[in-house]
Amino acid sequence: MPASTLHRRFARGALDSTPFILVAGPFGMLFGVLATEAGLNLFETMAFSVAVFAGAAQFTALQLMQEQAPTLIALISALAVNLRVAMYSAALTPYLGQASLLTRAFAAYLLVDQSYALSHAKFEAEPKMPLPEKIAYYFGTAAVITPLWMVASFVGAVLGNAIPSDAGLDFALPIAFIAMTGPMLRTPAHVVAALVACSCAIPAAWLPFNLGLIVAGLTGMLAGAQAELWFEARKERTA
Amino acid sequence: MPEQSFSDQTLWIVIIGLALGSFALRFGFLGMVGSRAMPEWLLRHLRYSAVAIIPALVTPLVLWPDATGGQIDPIRLATAMVTLTVAYWRKNVLWGILAGAVTLVGLPLLLD
Repeated sequence: MPASTLHRRFARGALDSTPFILVAGPFGMLFGVLATEAGLNLFETMAFSVAVFAGAAQFTALQLMQEQAPTLIALISALAVNLRVAMYSAALTPYLGQASLLTRAFAAYLLVDQSYALSHAKFEAEPKMPLPEKIAYYFGTAAVITPLWMVASFVGAVLGNAIPSDAGLDFALPIAFIAMTGPMLRTPAHVVAALVACSCAIPAAWLPFNLGLIVAGLTGMLAGAQAELWFEARKERTA
Repeated sequence: MPEQSFSDQTLWIVIIGLALGSFALRFGFLGMVGSRAMPEWLLRHLRYSAVAIIPALVTPLVLWPDATGGQIDPIRLATAMVTLTVAYWRKNVLWGILAGAVTLVGLPLLLD
């Protein structure tokens, strides 16, 4: 395999990922600012972004630590928000599962919404692509976004130190969470999951140890899955 | 340096736990070559994990904000509505954040 083919695949992946710069950049910065406002120093903020590298999960953990939720609840909730990457991992296994263990370990670390979405679409469209080219494309999709996330967190942390802590950022995290939800509402079943989770969260808020979040989240998941079955059955009936 | 409302020990447990847990979730299936396909019912529930947990997390924060001592605040309710509407309509996180920030800052000025 000529090296230039691999380079081309890698460059293509990086190029395809560029629209996501507009999301990962500001979002990473917001994490840096809010982590600093929550009292994390520069090293802690960077350790968070580098070691965890999962936006929504990082924001969730930050929020729950500030609510002084039990550590276990903060961990479970943040991991639950990140459960979707297990689904991505399963979906990419048919395409990348034959790569070496080390390659798969690196690929796993870099598995985020963007690298999954771009690569899965590409591999489905070109199933005959040889494995090395698939790997090159996959790493290309992460080559810009990953360093950008780290740098943006750093810039945000530095900015956060300059912003006074009473600058009215108390509602920035809820706004970020709500904005994240908007594009997730792709199907009626997703809407059902979100609505049921919201309605359950109100009475469940009185449960101790922030357990309301887990209860309402699980109920929303069940509702979404049931709604999907229901909508599919209805489509088959009318088809 | 802003005040930190949780201990450094809690912070590091969360960082290390999340790092290991997230890696396990990401590596799990990719790491096990030739693993059988995940059962469809499990995938079906995983699809709705984020879209359920995030709204469950955010609902109390919107209804009973810390900044107002837990009292319902029309400005924050309106901000939440605008953010969701714009993010859904534009299918874009950033437009949603921007619209929310403008509402949160602009609405009190408008009402003054």
